[in-house]
Amino acid sequence: MAVEAAPAPGGRQSVWGDPRFRGLIFQGLFLVAVVVILSFIIQNTAQNLADAGIASGFGFLSQTAGYDVGWSLIPYSSRDTHARAFLVGLLNTLFVSGLGIVLATVMGFVVGVLRLSPNWLVNRVAYWFVEIVRNVPLLLQIFFWYALFLALPAARQSLDLGGNMFLSNRGLRVPAPVVEPVFWAIPAAFVIGIVATVLIRRWARRRQAATGQIFPTLPWGIGLIVGLPVVVALLTGLPWTWEVPVLRGFNYAGGVNIGPELVALLTALSVYTAAFIAENVRGGILSVSHGQTEAAHALGLTQGRTLRLVVIPQALRVIVPPLTSQYLNLTKNSSLGVAIGYPEVVATISGTTLNQTGQAVECVALAMAVYLTISLLISAFMNWYNQHIALVER
Amino acid sequence: MSMTEAALNPVDPGYPPGRHPDLPPPSMTVGPVGWLRKNLFSSIGNTLLTVATLYLLWLVVPPVLDWAIFDANFGATSKAECVLPGACWAVVEVRFDQFMYGFYDAGQTWRVNLAGILLIVAVAPLLFDKVPYRRHLVWFSLVYPFIAFWLLVGGLGLEYEPTSKWGGLLVTIVSGVVGIGASLPIGILLALGRRSKLPVLRMACIGFIEFVRGVPLITILFMSSVMLPLFLPEGVTFDKFLRALIGVALFASAYMAEVVRGGLQAIPKGQYEAAMALGLGYWRAMYLIILPQALRIVIPGIVNTFIGLFKDTTLLLIIGIFDLLGIARAAVSDANWLGLHTETYVFVGLIFFICCFGMSRYSLYLEKKLRVGHRR
Repeated sequence: MAVEAAPAPGGRQSVWGDPRFRGLIFQGLFLVAVVVILSFIIQNTAQNLADAGIASGFGFLSQTAGYDVGWSLIPYSSRDTHARAFLVGLLNTLFVSGLGIVLATVMGFVVGVLRLSPNWLVNRVAYWFVEIVRNVPLLLQIFFWYALFLALPAARQSLDLGGNMFLSNRGLRVPAPVVEPVFWAIPAAFVIGIVATVLIRRWARRRQAATGQIFPTLPWGIGLIVGLPVVVALLTGLPWTWEVPVLRGFNYAGGVNIGPELVALLTALSVYTAAFIAENVRGGILSVSHGQTEAAHALGLTQGRTLRLVVIPQALRVIVPPLTSQYLNLTKNSSLGVAIGYPEVVATISGTTLNQTGQAVECVALAMAVYLTISLLISAFMNWYNQHIALVER
Repeated sequence: MSMTEAALNPVDPGYPPGRHPDLPPPSMTVGPVGWLRKNLFSSIGNTLLTVATLYLLWLVVPPVLDWAIFDANFGATSKAECVLPGACWAVVEVRFDQFMYGFYDAGQTWRVNLAGILLIVAVAPLLFDKVPYRRHLVWFSLVYPFIAFWLLVGGLGLEYEPTSKWGGLLVTIVSGVVGIGASLPIGILLALGRRSKLPVLRMACIGFIEFVRGVPLITILFMSSVMLPLFLPEGVTFDKFLRALIGVALFASAYMAEVVRGGLQAIPKGQYEAAMALGLGYWRAMYLIILPQALRIVIPGIVNTFIGLFKDTTLLLIIGIFDLLGIARAAVSDANWLGLHTETYVFVGLIFFICCFGMSRYSLYLEKKLRVGHRR
């Protein structure tokens, strides 16, 4: 602080000697500097935009986009507006991040456990998998997988995966379910199963607290959540049919095509993040001391119950905070899809829309706002969950 | 019966109780056999796992080795000369200079090499304790950025090489080193600001850190490449590479700030109070007491941030700067080398792997060394 050096006039104790006063002055100067710089930037930007004849504001969102996107979850054509293109990008981002998080978590937990295996060979293979994947840039891995998919045979010579799925350089074509009206009963049964499990769990806890009797909640829960929809499906006579892709001319028709961009991005994202999650999982499990397991055994808990009630809850407490940042990283990294033409939010709004309208400030700000919102939501949820499982101390 | 025979025969009653010499352990529990039994075949499940893994390795490793080494084409000069079924490394061999220097003048590449060698000289005393003449070399580390700038850009008797001609590993290393060099001081200031008692300053730092950490690097790069020129008065222009470097440095400093904050939080309050009791002002207390301790704790975290940053420099290719991966992309889209994606990407991946793996090993070495330092 420059003001710190100011001498006390006349040798008296001056206001400059008061750290609170100095703090106020310093913050005042800081605010003035920020305002000056900001107004300078805003003025320049307005001037530059006016010179280049570029509009400002978000009016462009309601104009016709005029470009196609490669892959969309909702109906979209080039006659739709920029706002709709933005929505397409947003949904694509959420879709690939959501799927990626699930895949990466599963893969990461498996590799993390393998990394702890007493079997030397398995241990080493997992170790080198993690090290190789972690130390090669994600973008390179995305390109690598994309190149691999593009090197697949053309659609006519598709690889036949079990007669219903076909893999070619146009992507993975899978059968699409065509549902009958009564299909709604199956998701309904699924929801009922979840509600019933929650209720049973509550009842079982109360009963255990009162009588000490243990109720097998887990098998019952699985039975209800999985079994109920299956029973309903069988009762309603399997109310859907599969639309199997058929080769017509040069390409397959029917079914759903999952483009090579999506497959490559999803593979790279989930493998890359899985390697980081594996290390978190390993650290978390190692952090539970062996004494805890021994104490649980001494109390007479079975192996499964020891894991479920003693080891995993304590390990999760260590695993969850870094897991949150891995999920956030995966979501932010999904923006790399722009490099292989996966139409996610950066590619649509900060890519093509920006190029067409020239409204750089608005377009980049929109993309940033999307990621900030997602980041805040994920970290809010994870903080809630973290508090939920945190150690309750005296 | 001789003495040795008696020693080998356990039932020989010629020893008084308790005086029998030690016998070698059973051969099944020591040596390679014992190791195999313990680590690979300790139970039925383990044996099955071992066999399954071996089978998997058998499926994957020999074809990969065949492709990369035994059936590969070395020394070819064009794609047509690649007759063996394996990899065609010619694409890497022919374009090797481009992978290293980009489009830097071929006659001037010695400057890049010299800057690279001097970089090692400048960085070594910062990384390792046992470098000879360490105290003197640190001074060299301080002037190195200016020397490197002069060598790479030119001027003062050297031919001018605009950054638009730079590429390959040169760009990757320059952006990594500049990113870390700029982000460390900025990150320290941000971390101090975040823990400051002045609310305006604290809020500004928290806002900046959380904003940058909440958005992907690519949007920051878009901002620096598309929006930064708009922010400046008419006629003032910036080098494109410099703009990207500013973006990278700002991005890295937000992450660095969080790493440093971890170190600051780990310093016991007594240290702050002791510094105050000695009559040290804020900056002196930080510079002399707190930061030396805090930074020492977080060196591994700093190295990890650097690894992340080094990998993230590949994103520069999205805004049209030819880093190592950008050059690789250009190489695979060259009509003469079509279809040689795998070779190129494997080569580039190998370079990144060696750099990043080396750095993570260094970080582990540091962690071990620092742990020893805390022992009394």
